[in-house]
Amino acid sequence: MAVLPFKRKKTTPEIVDTGAMSGSQNVDTKKLKLVIRVSSLSVESIEKRDRILKIVSTVLVYAFLVVMALVIILPFYWMLITSLKTDTEIRATQQTFWPQEVMWSNYADCLGRFNFPLYLCNTLIVGIISTIGTLITTIFAAFAFARLEFRGKDTLFTVFLMTMMIPGEMMVITNYITVANLGMLGADNPVGVFASMIVPFWVSVFYIYLLRQNFKQIPNELYLASKVDGKSDWNYLWKVMVPLSMPTLISIFILKLMGAWNSYVWPNLVADNENYRLISNGLRTAFTTTAGDPEYGLQMAATVLVTVPLLLLFIFFRKYIMRGVGRAGIKG
Amino acid sequence: MERKNNWKAWLYLSPVIILMAVFTFYPLINTIGISFLRDYDYTTGANAGFTFDNFGYVLGLTGIERNGQMVFYTDVIRYAIPNTLIIVFVTVPLSIIVALLIAVGLNSIRWLKSIFQTIFFMPYVTNAIAVGMVFAVIFDYNGLWNFLFGMNNTYWINGGASSANGMFALCVYIVWHALPYKILIFLSGLQNIDKQYYQAAQIDASPRWKTLMNVTVPLLSPQILYIMITSFIGSFKEYSSIVGLFGKSGTSGQGYNNMYTVVYYIYDSIKNNNTHLGSAAAVMLFLVILVFTVIQFKVSKTRVHY
Repeated sequence: MAVLPFKRKKTTPEIVDTGAMSGSQNVDTKKLKLVIRVSSLSVESIEKRDRILKIVSTVLVYAFLVVMALVIILPFYWMLITSLKTDTEIRATQQTFWPQEVMWSNYADCLGRFNFPLYLCNTLIVGIISTIGTLITTIFAAFAFARLEFRGKDTLFTVFLMTMMIPGEMMVITNYITVANLGMLGADNPVGVFASMIVPFWVSVFYIYLLRQNFKQIPNELYLASKVDGKSDWNYLWKVMVPLSMPTLISIFILKLMGAWNSYVWPNLVADNENYRLISNGLRTAFTTTAGDPEYGLQMAATVLVTVPLLLLFIFFRKYIMRGVGRAGIKG
Repeated sequence: MERKNNWKAWLYLSPVIILMAVFTFYPLINTIGISFLRDYDYTTGANAGFTFDNFGYVLGLTGIERNGQMVFYTDVIRYAIPNTLIIVFVTVPLSIIVALLIAVGLNSIRWLKSIFQTIFFMPYVTNAIAVGMVFAVIFDYNGLWNFLFGMNNTYWINGGASSANGMFALCVYIVWHALPYKILIFLSGLQNIDKQYYQAAQIDASPRWKTLMNVTVPLLSPQILYIMITSFIGSFKEYSSIVGLFGKSGTSGQGYNNMYTVVYYIYDSIKNNNTHLGSAAAVMLFLVILVFTVIQFKVSKTRVHY
């Protein structure tokens, strides 16, 4: 017997005699068939209609997703082909979706005038040192909040979480004054400039929260077992908890590195000198003619150089990035 | 044991506490303090005493006397505040709705799902400045947008484009850039919804859009609330996208700061040694964000189902 979909409310089930009642007083229930008549539609036609509806809606869903995916991809595509066009072609009224003349020389010119290796080096210095610092402080704090008992723990954790609600602009002004008055921002003071780009970012409450959640999932028995074995908290943290939380730590590492790659505001304030600029800061001011017109071809070549490493990172560490980013929403 | 753990815990926490004391808690108090100082100069610490005027001056309510005339500063009230509000109230609802539709679509398909997921996440792993510059090319006078939609002779981001056109281009870019995070959060929320609800809806023969409104949205409400709060806060602070799209000048070529936002003003105040005014703006921004967040939590108490 077919499973009948109940598609309309105004239906009256009826029992059709398929020979079960004839001749015998005992009704053979197995031969009874339940039929639901919906405005003269039979079971077959309802199923058929449902299948058509399902196909149509699936096609619509795919069409919607394809259109949206094109909208998402278009700027990437445009960046790529613009970086290979001549300036006249970029500014032509008739836009082209494929460069008429492929200008690889844009990249050579770009590398000649845009100090990519220097910016890359600066960004990596800032990114890696601030990431390692963040990992250390985060591991310690998450361990204390997840495993140790001390007075005022919940209050302190709540205060930490509340600071996430405060806009960073409240802090930026005073932080700038702090580093400026410490004399760290001189053009001849690379250590000071780099320190002021790194040290304020050694703490991330969000990552402490993320790692604490992860530490809490590690069963208590492991801790007690290590206590029986005479291991100290310090050993337990580095030998058990950190290795078990590696996926989260890798997520934090990559997200933090991406953050350094994308950070603009603070480095723009503190690293005024050309030699200390990070990649985003060097990028925006690059390739504008003396008349103020942007040289789009070269700009886009530089943009490709800045975007591709990120996309490569994403392709190789997709799982870690998406897990790290998505974790936030699970608890609501 | 209890006592031992106590000091040990504080030892583990000490790096974080010291750093947060210097770079979070002290600045918080200090910035509020500066916002009440008249003519504060951060290089010397000199100021002319306590005042409430900074707030009035930022809002264009209090004038400053210059050459015997009262001068009112109106960039914030005329450009920064309206622009910030437009960004908040256009991009947040729009990006939430589009992201929700994409997430529901993604959740209902099987074929090519992971490729779509990867594509929709791509804008997240981009540099806001870099992509802003790409959108600047697209919205150029001779750019792709004008070509695709046949809008000749329309300036969007430079050449003296009107504020409305500038805002339009900015909102398109912000929504594009804001989608992936929201899609990801919604999708992980959708995957946690029990399939039984949908089977029940199917048996009741409820149409798809009704299922969306009456089953999916309520069950996804914790994620929607989270996204709403974070993106409200985020879009009150829009800055890098403006620098990316319009360059450092903060204008669409009008000759004044017509693409200003509140945060833009705050950062400018540091460069101009107007930190007392910037602090006043920051404190007001903080209060506004606080009020919005509290309202959203209050509303969520009746609307969000956990």
